[in-house]
Amino acid sequence: MAEAIAIGNLTRRFGPLVAVNGVSFTVAPGEIFGLVGPDGAGKTTIMRMLAGVLSPHAGTILLDGIDVVAAPERAKPHLSYMPQRFGLYEDLTVAENIRFYAELFGVPRKERIARGAELLEAAALGPFRRRLAGNLSGGMKQKLGLICALIHTPRVLLLDEPTTGVDPVSRREFWAILYDLREQGVTILLSTAYMDEAERCTRLALLHAGEIRSCDTPQRLKQAMPGALLAVPAADPRAVRAALGGVPGVLGLLLMGDRVHVRVDDAARAAPLLAARLAGPNIAHGEIARVEPGIEDVFVALVGDATKAEAA
Amino acid sequence: MSLRRVLALGFKEFLQVWRDPRSLAVALLMPLMQMVLLGYGVSLDIRRVPLCVQDQENSTESRALVEDFVASGWFAITRTLPDNAAVRTAMDREQCIGALVIPVDFSRVLAATGQAPVQSIFDATDTNTTNIAIGYAEGVISLATADFAARWEAAHGTRPTRVGVVDFEPRVWFNEGLDSKNFIIPGVVAVILALVGAQLTSLTISREWERGTMEQLISTPVQPIELMLGKLVPYFAIGLFDAAFCLAAAIFWFRVPFLGSIVTLALTTSLFTFVVLGIGYLISVRIRSQIGASQVALVLTMLPTTLLSGYTFPIDQMPAAIRALTFIVYPRYYVSILRAVFLKGSGVAELAFPMLALTLYAVFIIWVAARAFRKSLD
Ligand SMILES: Nc1ncnc2c1ncn2[C@@H]1O[C@H](COP(=O)(O)OP(=O)(O)OP(=O)(O)O)[C@@H](O)[C@H]1O
Ligand SMILES: [Mg+2]
Repeated sequence: MAEAIAIGNLTRRFGPLVAVNGVSFTVAPGEIFGLVGPDGAGKTTIMRMLAGVLSPHAGTILLDGIDVVAAPERAKPHLSYMPQRFGLYEDLTVAENIRFYAELFGVPRKERIARGAELLEAAALGPFRRRLAGNLSGGMKQKLGLICALIHTPRVLLLDEPTTGVDPVSRREFWAILYDLREQGVTILLSTAYMDEAERCTRLALLHAGEIRSCDTPQRLKQAMPGALLAVPAADPRAVRAALGGVPGVLGLLLMGDRVHVRVDDAARAAPLLAARLAGPNIAHGEIARVEPGIEDVFVALVGDATKAEAA
Repeated sequence: MSLRRVLALGFKEFLQVWRDPRSLAVALLMPLMQMVLLGYGVSLDIRRVPLCVQDQENSTESRALVEDFVASGWFAITRTLPDNAAVRTAMDREQCIGALVIPVDFSRVLAATGQAPVQSIFDATDTNTTNIAIGYAEGVISLATADFAARWEAAHGTRPTRVGVVDFEPRVWFNEGLDSKNFIIPGVVAVILALVGAQLTSLTISREWERGTMEQLISTPVQPIELMLGKLVPYFAIGLFDAAFCLAAAIFWFRVPFLGSIVTLALTTSLFTFVVLGIGYLISVRIRSQIGASQVALVLTMLPTTLLSGYTFPIDQMPAAIRALTFIVYPRYYVSILRAVFLKGSGVAELAFPMLALTLYAVFIIWVAARAFRKSLD
């Protein structure tokens, strides 16, 4: 039983909609595994089934060897789940929430106090322990959620979009805590909509319409992306994108702030063609250069290809 | 089962009620308001009470007094009658609910001594209306008295020797001691407890769903039975507090004679509170919105307690089919227990049947409620 999480062929429907469709993956102990996908991809549904609060229509879930589908209650003492929507009591203070969850998991008093202080310190929430949770800022709420999830020692930590709406400083504190946990051997499964955050995971599953498109380390996912990537900086990137559609060798176009990422089959051959196309309508642009793809590029490449394949 | 988790849940729930003005109002103000409302009857604003007059004198003074009754707006003079027998007939025919009797020497006695007796007779079948009508009549008489005192002073230069110028002697027929109050008030306590208790717990589970706290809660090892007990603990304390308040009001404010023992009262009240809270909790488990749960709780407790518990409509006068139905209406047992404990001083031995019925109810509700909750979002 080497895997901390092993799910096989997991399926869940809501009426006619197949929210999760035959999803399989495994997570090794101590990994930070990321579920990445657009809204409605099925991230939350997978998390809920793993947490034992929603039953799958088909498939298996093993958590440290415990069959979650058959006996969710046996798995619950060993996992912590932080839902996407804030799930703590807004009319209880920070300290009261922490204490409540510690009691539910049977954490001894001494341990609760020591661990609570440590976590509050790490999350910079120490001064707010007497504040009602409802009066915390969005980022503070998320950090409190993490503290409550960690007040006992879970083997598996499930975090559903934990840093959405959290400022960069708090996000850094958040990740520092996650890295610490990883050192302690806690397995972490998180979903995220932030691509920079996805890059910090040890492995990623790219999820689209309830199915896994690809699953690997961020590094290998990027290497496996078909084609090469050219960046075209421009004052009006929308005009650039509009102009480059249909150029031979162009596989995909992605707006990235002040530049356009152009995925091509052959960088050396395509670069001059792009420059020539932009010269016609006289669209101003910077130097066209080859860049390393990010996870977002990989994702769009995969999903774009898939939609094309479906259309064909 | 873990006692620790039960206590943690109970403490959490207590903090939430304590900090929620709405729950606190239901817990503490609702019993007070209902005790006043139901205790004094809903018909507080009675106008134009039909009144008969038996004016044996028919003098200027006596007609002036009758005129005062009419002018007050609270009374309508339906008839003028010759004697007591006629008054009784009029009441039986429901032509009036009270009569004002002015003696034959009214104005003479009044002029000579400055005070004269007037009698009023009321039909006490409807205790509440009668109480209110007597209050009105006292008001009219005291105004007339003040007026007469002023005129007396103007004429004689001194105040009359005694202030009670017109003596008012209300008498009540058919129910001399107004003791239907003693019968109704214990029932009122049962109604209030049923209403408040079910209201309190009907919100506890739906609140977790609506506020989004349930998802995280069911991802912990907490067991359904722990959740239920934890949630009932603080409301049980509140329920007993409310019960103590209402029972104390019944004894000390409404002066219902209390012949039984406090222990019997506490025991049976705890049992009933438990049943009522369990029903509220069960509703809460089944209905996920707070508004919905609260309304269902209202209907499920209000209807049976007011109509079928025997609190206002005597059970032995109901049609047989409905009488049979009352056996599953749990408040009827508590209503009959309370009446027996208050008025007859019954102990546990005499109350074995209703207590057993309540116990069975408690066990059944708790069993169903504990199983009804599923730790799942489906
Ligand atoms: N309880 C439900 N009833 C009906 N449909 C549901 C339910 N929960 C989820 N869905 C549907 O299942 C699909 C997957 O939803 P899910 O919440 O898992 O997506 P997600 O990846 O978490 O999205 P987001 O990034 O918006 O949180 C969506 O189309 C959603 O509308
Ligand atoms: Mg989601």
